[in-house]
Amino acid sequence: MELGSINLVTLIATLMVAAVPIMLAALGELVVEKSGVLNLGVEGMMIMGAICGFMTAVATGSPVLGFVGGAAGGAALSLAFAFLTQSLLANQVATGLALTLFGLGLSSLLGQGYNGIKPPPTGAVPFGPLADIPVLGTILFSHDWVVYFSIAMIAAVWWVLKSTRTGLIIRAVGESHDAAHALGYKVNRIRLACILFGGALAGMGGAYVSLVRVPQWTDGITAGAGWIALAIVVFASWKPWRVLIGAYLFGGITGLQLSLQAAGSKIPVEYLSMSPYLITILVLVIMSSGRASLNAPAALGQNFHAAR
Amino acid sequence: MLRRTLLTTAALGLGLALSGTGAMAAGMDHVKACFVYVGPIGDGGWTFQHHQGALAVQEKFGDKVELQWQESVPEGADAERVLTQMALGGCNVIFTTSFGYMDATNAVAAKFPDVKFEHATGFKRDSANVSTYNARFYEGRAVEGLIAGRMTKSNKIGYIGSFPIPEVVMGINSYYLNAKKVNPNVELSVVWAFTWFDPAKEADAAKALIDQGVDVIASHTDSTAPLAEAAKTEGKVIGFGQASDMSEYKDGPRVTSIIDNWGPYYVERVGALLDGTYEQKDTWAGIAGGEVLIGEISASVPAEVKAEAEKLRDDIAAGTVHPFTGPINKQDGSAWLAEGATAPDGDLLGMNFYVEGITGDIPQ
Repeated sequence: MELGSINLVTLIATLMVAAVPIMLAALGELVVEKSGVLNLGVEGMMIMGAICGFMTAVATGSPVLGFVGGAAGGAALSLAFAFLTQSLLANQVATGLALTLFGLGLSSLLGQGYNGIKPPPTGAVPFGPLADIPVLGTILFSHDWVVYFSIAMIAAVWWVLKSTRTGLIIRAVGESHDAAHALGYKVNRIRLACILFGGALAGMGGAYVSLVRVPQWTDGITAGAGWIALAIVVFASWKPWRVLIGAYLFGGITGLQLSLQAAGSKIPVEYLSMSPYLITILVLVIMSSGRASLNAPAALGQNFHAAR
Repeated sequence: MLRRTLLTTAALGLGLALSGTGAMAAGMDHVKACFVYVGPIGDGGWTFQHHQGALAVQEKFGDKVELQWQESVPEGADAERVLTQMALGGCNVIFTTSFGYMDATNAVAAKFPDVKFEHATGFKRDSANVSTYNARFYEGRAVEGLIAGRMTKSNKIGYIGSFPIPEVVMGINSYYLNAKKVNPNVELSVVWAFTWFDPAKEADAAKALIDQGVDVIASHTDSTAPLAEAAKTEGKVIGFGQASDMSEYKDGPRVTSIIDNWGPYYVERVGALLDGTYEQKDTWAGIAGGEVLIGEISASVPAEVKAEAEKLRDDIAAGTVHPFTGPINKQDGSAWLAEGATAPDGDLLGMNFYVEGITGDIPQ
């Protein structure tokens, strides 16, 4: 592969930023799916987060509050999903798809009048002299706080799911809701909390697009990032650290593809554009054919009602 | 159900036929003008400008005109469905505002001979009720190229392409040739985004160019994202407003803009329907016809460069300068235009080659 005139250091730094929205959204969806709920409305929650975060940041002048607003917007939309699927026992796939369409329309409505406004900037975290270290400084110490937050969240989710009682309960609910119910856990309440968490993270991911990556609001700004986040969860086989790898891979290939073009590479862009999806298919084939299982939560997508 | 549908269609067909014949003879007292948009109106660029044109029609004719529009219509089978719906819904004239609607427009137009179809940037007019209209954006690209050649410090300029169609290739060539004319050392990098509208990807494309040392970026996509990305460099990188003035970046990276001014054309065509003078035609106006406007050149451009750019704009408008004037060779070194010859419109509309000096290949 020709990497000749591409600066690898800036490329890595770029992909770390490009991966943040899909990483946050995928991590949220991972927790939701771990609890046995399939929410296909990630795209809708992301774009709601993008507009709510943008509106909050513009109104308050504080980008940090903007991210809080984005998380709240995403969580609010996911609450609608939770009500429909957990209380009314609606089909999760259909509800999730409807949630995306609803979110796209609602965000467009809310965003009327916000075109052409610039949000308050989110600067890099001041690391002082650390940022001047050659190579490492650019890669590790030149980002805004959300980049570090997203990686910290990966570690936190990994630790909670693996080593805490809370994580055990979430996994139990996702693997066998009947068994968890028999043990006395409130299945629907636990799932509601996970759905809200997933919505909040998707909303933050969306807010990152409208506040940092493309600091402006335009209709449809997330442009399909939510679907990629869904693919990453499967690619990661429901393991938090693999979400990190998946997000870097998907985010990185997009950046690499454009950088290669800018550098005048001879590789046809079509090959690079499809490569993340090819890799996903490959991973799925390898995982499902070998000894390792797909690792999907056993109760994924099944509604639970105590009376049944 | 089937019988009812049949009856409705027949009734509508009859109604359309009657109103259609009426229109030919003596004009119409009421026109329903419909618009199909490829992106959201809020894109701040291409679609926004078409919608401004539509609103100008409403303003001009008031109650005599009823507007209808649909945003974010994909360029494919969906477009045909939307067009059929509009035609059945009583639209008298339908403007389809993206290149990719070409086949859908012609297919639907053949079924509804009494509805007028106006396709932007296309070249197919298969039936008598299809007209095409376009603007000579390459004239604006020439002005941008001159400014790019004069302003670049790194001698690296960039262009974010959408899809490899003649319209875009024409813009790239015009931009490069006119930059090269004032700055022989200039190098052009082209990045294909393969989308008209995806702000995150457009921003990434701009960032990829900036990482390569490019300091002047022109874009052929629809959102303001490339300017937003350039704004992050705090003045090191400049860019241009695309399709719309994008004046919100006037104090930042935007040095000038190409403004698509569709209003006069839309007013003229709907007006012709109203007074009965409507005829099929193929319009390709530029700076001279007022379809392409050059936005105000900002204060960050030195006065002499600004004067040079304005002179080029006025010369193009007066017809004394053509952005494609020979000698020009194709990328492979073969001759295209001889000394002093200007590009025929046919060559431009089918342009599928880079001119000499541009590196890289056009994706096929």
